[in-house]
Amino acid sequence: MLKAAFLILFLQLIGEFIQKYFEINIPGPVIGLVLLLGFLFLNSPKRNHFKDLRQQVIQTSESLLGYLSLLFVPIGVGVVMHLKLLEGQLLGVIAVIVFGTFATMLFTAVLFHLFNRKDTDE
Amino acid sequence: MNEVTRLYEIWVYLQAEPLFWLTLTVGSYLLADYIYRASGLFPLLNPVAISILFVSGSLIIFDIDYERYFSGAKFIHFLLGPATVALAVPIYLNWKLISAKRIAIISSMILGSIFAILITAFISFIVQLDPTLAKSLLPRSVTAPIAMGVSEVIGGEPSLTAILTVMTGIVGAAFGTFLFDLFKIKNMAARGFAFGLASHGIGTARALTKDKKAGAFAALAMGLSGIATAILLPLLFHFLDIF
Repeated sequence: MLKAAFLILFLQLIGEFIQKYFEINIPGPVIGLVLLLGFLFLNSPKRNHFKDLRQQVIQTSESLLGYLSLLFVPIGVGVVMHLKLLEGQLLGVIAVIVFGTFATMLFTAVLFHLFNRKDTDE
Repeated sequence: MNEVTRLYEIWVYLQAEPLFWLTLTVGSYLLADYIYRASGLFPLLNPVAISILFVSGSLIIFDIDYERYFSGAKFIHFLLGPATVALAVPIYLNWKLISAKRIAIISSMILGSIFAILITAFISFIVQLDPTLAKSLLPRSVTAPIAMGVSEVIGGEPSLTAILTVMTGIVGAAFGTFLFDLFKIKNMAARGFAFGLASHGIGTARALTKDKKAGAFAALAMGLSGIATAILLPLLFHFLDIF
């Protein structure tokens, strides 16, 4: 557990470093995600250098992700408490967000489904 | 000193401590999750949305400012970074399926990201939002740190963008399943991908609780559309004359 937690924190740290050093728009944790993906592939079952660590990382990540929704509560509360900032334009903003998000979700899902037929099937 | 004053003094002490707000946050989430399950997983009773309402309702009733609340809630908030790194795991575990669908993934990533920007610009124009607000809305579909960076580049207000991005995530997470069921989109990969692309991390969290495969595609879409938007939006912005 502790080793896996260390690896995840460490890769996030490296990600934050890369983001700052190269001054790129991609957030540190997203770079950390790519690095962790790299670690998992480099240690695919055939190679077996860090077999235990790989297994631990998978377990730790899955249990952390089980609570992913909870992690958005503090920032969501911040939104409610700062709604004043949208004063007078709140209805317009809600219209954009609701209709824009619905349209984007449907467009993307339908598009994915259409292109999916061209890929090899599962 | 009477009992009421003593209790009041203890409350004054406790509400200044992080422990109280941390407990309130986890408790509200558990309660919201219980209600969601008791309702037979009714999509509109999304646990994130309901627990946000519980917590912010309590803060308003007891007149607590957000900074005080956040002194406790920041311990939960901090875990968002490591959890984002951890999203590599569902992507890794579903890699075979993902590489089999690469054409769908790449084309939906590019076209979906462009569509999200254009539809936002279009509706903002119709409802006549003020230009700074409209610009702050443009990157709202992608994860907050990327959205805020892009917002700054195109002349929006990053703090507004943070709010608008989280609102987008909550709307997507709360209504996505409902919408896909209504339009009979059953493919879990397509549903997950749309969740991640249109409503970033909050949508991904929603997709993950529903189906692991959908979660993997959502995580992938969140990362890819974030990168695509960071590159495409500043370019596309030059052609959006309406602002």
